[in-house]
Order: sequence, then structure tokens, then C-alpha cells
Amino acid sequence: MFALVENPTDIARLQHDLSDRAAGGFVAFEGWVRDHNDGRQVLKLAYQAYPALAVKEGEKVVVEALDKYDIIKAACVHRTGMLEIGELAVWVGVSSAHREAAFAACRYIIDEIKVRVPIWKKEYYITGDSGWVDCEACAKHGHIHAHEEHK
Amino acid sequence: MKLTIEYYAQLRDEAGCSKETIETRCNNPAALFTELNSRHGFSLTSAQLRVAINDEFANWDSPLAENDRLVFMPPMAGG
Repeated sequence: MFALVENPTDIARLQHDLSDRAAGGFVAFEGWVRDHNDGRQVLKLAYQAYPALAVKEGEKVVVEALDKYDIIKAACVHRTGMLEIGELAVWVGVSSAHREAAFAACRYIIDEIKVRVPIWKKEYYITGDSGWVDCEACAKHGHIHAHEEHK
Repeated sequence: MKLTIEYYAQLRDEAGCSKETIETRCNNPAALFTELNSRHGFSLTSAQLRVAINDEFANWDSPLAENDRLVFMPPMAGG
């Protein structure tokens, strides 16, 4: 399940929906709005999505995770609209019999969502200006993280 | 042929609208983007964008048909 939501969502309910008698573990990733990016002080963020394709591609990522990993249920919810510092921007949850698969699937979902789902963010800076996040930098950061994993 | 273009993120800001319906002779997204770019002066090049036709990812040389809806997508930045 993948959903776009315009308002804060009930995490307890999302987690409950992933519960299962066969599940021995549950892993969640929460992406939060932080107060800085690339050396600039950020006041708030606006997320804009291309809804029809975002939902289609997001669903595809979750289904891929269910196929690739030995997990039971998985879900991802992404906020749109204006978000304040500390707010939940994205939530990924996975339940499975054993923890390894849940950690791996959760990582797979958030990594794929970030690069494949048509959602964009605009940062509003403390200096009064704003800008769409430089996605070349996102790609570079992703590359660095991929290398760190192999160390 | 009549086409509808939807804009998101910086392309929406630069086009000054979220959607426009145009009449064009362009027969693929690459040619169409060049035509739109000459009018809007986008800050992104087609090499930085992906394209969707009728809510499906498409190629720059995919054929276009009457009433297709196109979206040119800047690099994704969700999460």
C-alpha cells in the first residue's frame, strides 16, 4: 500500500494494519523535516506530488519489496503540502517473521521511493527566500551513502 | 494535434501555470519540450527530466496522440 496524504496521519493505525499473527517483527522508517539542508537554515518545506503517477509508482515499489524480501506486509505514506520542522514527511513500515528481511525491505522501499516517485520539495529558508531542492545534490548524496554501506 | 501539459515543481513556477492545453505539430516529447522551452525558458534541460504520457513513464521518442496528457518531471526529491 502506498498513499499520499495532505494531513498528519495516524501512525498507530498504519502500524496496526501491518500486524499479523505470523509476524515476529516490525520495522519502520520515518522521514522528518529537519531545520537545515546543504548548510542553509530551513524554516519549512512544501511537498508537491504528481498524484496519479506517484501513487502508481509508489505501489509498484511496495509490491517489489513484497516480491523481493521474505516479509509479510509493507506500506508507505508520503505527506504533501506545507510541513513544519519536525513533522513526519514519509513513513515506511514492514512486518515480517524475522528482522533481517524487514530491515532490508524497509531500506529498499525508502531508497526507491526517493528516486522513482514523482514528488518534489521546496525549502523555505530563514533568509526569506525559497528553492526547489537541488536534485543533483540528492543524487550525489545517495551515491556517497551507497559507498558508505560497503565499508 | 491538441495536447495537455501539466507542470510540477520548478517547471510550474517557470511556466507560470500548472496546466496548459496547446495545439502542436510535435510528434514526440523531445520535440514538444524544445517547443515549450522556447516559450517558457526552463532552467532544466531535457537530460535532467523524465517524461510521462497519460500517467505512465514514457520515452523522449514515444509517439504522441490527440488529447494526450504530458508531464515533464524534474529529478524526484521526495522523502
